[in-house]
Amino acid sequence: MQTRPQPMQQRPEPCRNALLSFVLPRPKVLYGAMRVWHTLFLGMIRIASLLALIGAPAAALAAAPAGDPLGSPMWEYHAARVFADAPIMFDDRVKVSLPVLAENQHVLPVTVDARALDGVERIVIFADLNPIPVAVEYTPLAAQAFIATRIKLDQRTPVRAAVLTKDGVWHVAGDWVDAAGGGCSAPPLSRVRGDWADHLGELRGGTWDDGQATRLRLALRHPMDTGLVENIPEYNIEALTVSDEAGTLLARMAIHASVSEDPAFTLKFASGLGGDLKVMARDSGGLEFAGQLSASSGARIAAASR
Amino acid sequence: MLKRRTVVLGALALPMVLPQMARAQGFAGSYNLAADPIGDGIWLVRGADEAITPQNGGAIANIVIMATDAGAIVVDTGPSLSYGRALEALARRLTGTPVARVYITHLHPDHSFGNGAFGSSEIHALPATRAELERDATGFEDAMYRMLPGWIAGTEVVLPQHEATAGVVLVGGRKLELLALAGHSEGDLAILDHATGTLIAGDLVFHNRAPTTPHADVPAWLEALDYLAALPHQQLVPGHGPLCERGAAIAQTRDWLIWLDGALREAVASGLDMTEAGNLPIPERFAGLAEARYELTRSVAHFYPKLEAEMLLRFGG
Repeated sequence: MQTRPQPMQQRPEPCRNALLSFVLPRPKVLYGAMRVWHTLFLGMIRIASLLALIGAPAAALAAAPAGDPLGSPMWEYHAARVFADAPIMFDDRVKVSLPVLAENQHVLPVTVDARALDGVERIVIFADLNPIPVAVEYTPLAAQAFIATRIKLDQRTPVRAAVLTKDGVWHVAGDWVDAAGGGCSAPPLSRVRGDWADHLGELRGGTWDDGQATRLRLALRHPMDTGLVENIPEYNIEALTVSDEAGTLLARMAIHASVSEDPAFTLKFASGLGGDLKVMARDSGGLEFAGQLSASSGARIAAASR
Repeated sequence: MLKRRTVVLGALALPMVLPQMARAQGFAGSYNLAADPIGDGIWLVRGADEAITPQNGGAIANIVIMATDAGAIVVDTGPSLSYGRALEALARRLTGTPVARVYITHLHPDHSFGNGAFGSSEIHALPATRAELERDATGFEDAMYRMLPGWIAGTEVVLPQHEATAGVVLVGGRKLELLALAGHSEGDLAILDHATGTLIAGDLVFHNRAPTTPHADVPAWLEALDYLAALPHQQLVPGHGPLCERGAAIAQTRDWLIWLDGALREAVASGLDMTEAGNLPIPERFAGLAEARYELTRSVAHFYPKLEAEMLLRFGG
């Protein structure tokens, strides 16, 4: 059985984009009815205050920019909810790298590089036609505007990154990905094997400094249940933070169940970061998984592979 | 006047509409199989050196037909029921006899999904292949129906009823040596036709076409290639790619696998993610391999999570 990890010194800052977590339709049928009401209540207050703030009727929320270059049937729906009435531009400076084919609909690698933009405050990765559209909401803080991860796809869908800059503008890019169905609605492999609990929360990773950036590669074991598989309630890593040795928060993200089983991330920090990195993850069951990764870890992995 | 305008508008609209319609209905194709004689009483039906697409109907694997006194032998049955039927008719026409026996080299659907057309023949495969087909048939069917709408109509997986075992068999006067190997999948059957010295390698060997790895075990595959390389033969039919007469295909397959394994390990050891690994430069010497980038991307999906679990440092949790 999983040994309870050491509780964190401090709770992570709230990672979730309040507006996102309320307005995005997320299945909560089997799990956390209390949370749904709590969220609904908070959400209503937020919407009310938002409306009061902008002094506009509800129609303002439904306003979406025209001209989605991907022609997605869900664009207006998501745009109205994800970005509210914030300005949006489709922007090539946001580089979304996707493989030439989705070989496995459970594991689609997505890399977002928004380093060509200044003042990036948040990166949201989402797939229009997924039942859980948003996969990751990343707040780079001291990190560079770069993230790579793997997500599940439930069908052919646009996969996008939306990058919020300091001036309040969302920069959006992405592409269609053709995928077989069922990435979100088939049980994870560890559920099929039955060993998910034996390895729950195991952290693996390494850091590398190539002179341009310190790269953190990070993977943790978790079934990332979507709640869309019969008799398996939603259960996922929902928050992850990276801090330096002194405990200063460097980056944080909110993670949703559309991220692949055994989530993996690449983050980048300024070169010459030195020191250890502290990683903390929390799942929707309240378990916390923490570890400290030494600055020499990448070099050790490279040495061991020779 | 009104009528004429309608006609003009209709004609203008056609080029706009047709490509869409053609794409939507492009699946209504039929297989035109051609066989090249590659020796006395042995023919090769060449597959397209491509990925499975709605244009090629999944006819990408090489198929072999042999004549014997007891009826024809077919090695692999292609991607669909209608392909299998065309193949059965072709074998009958070439040999003047019905197909007595079918060998399935391994589980993959481009090699095994035509079985349904050979109901009156004995279908032989390694026990491991049968077990893998039982395990994966439903998933393959889903994928094939998605990729090949129309082409695949009526196709159902028919499991081989007969166990192939390693050793020499005599079928209607034709002496075949069956080799029970593994590595491309858990069961890879290779067949040496003694009369012509033709080694039918299945997907253990690719030639000028990048190897596929969805069920691969690289060390086992390399061992199987050693075995095949040491086996005297005159010519080799790879699972995909042109007939090989000079032994280059085995070396090429080995070269690719060793490079692939090393490149992916190095990628993990340098902290690259899957997207970056899929974009790794492919060495110049593989420039002649069809579908190299496509198969590298697939192989990253097949191997990368496992390699990361094996190689990255455990540091907590």
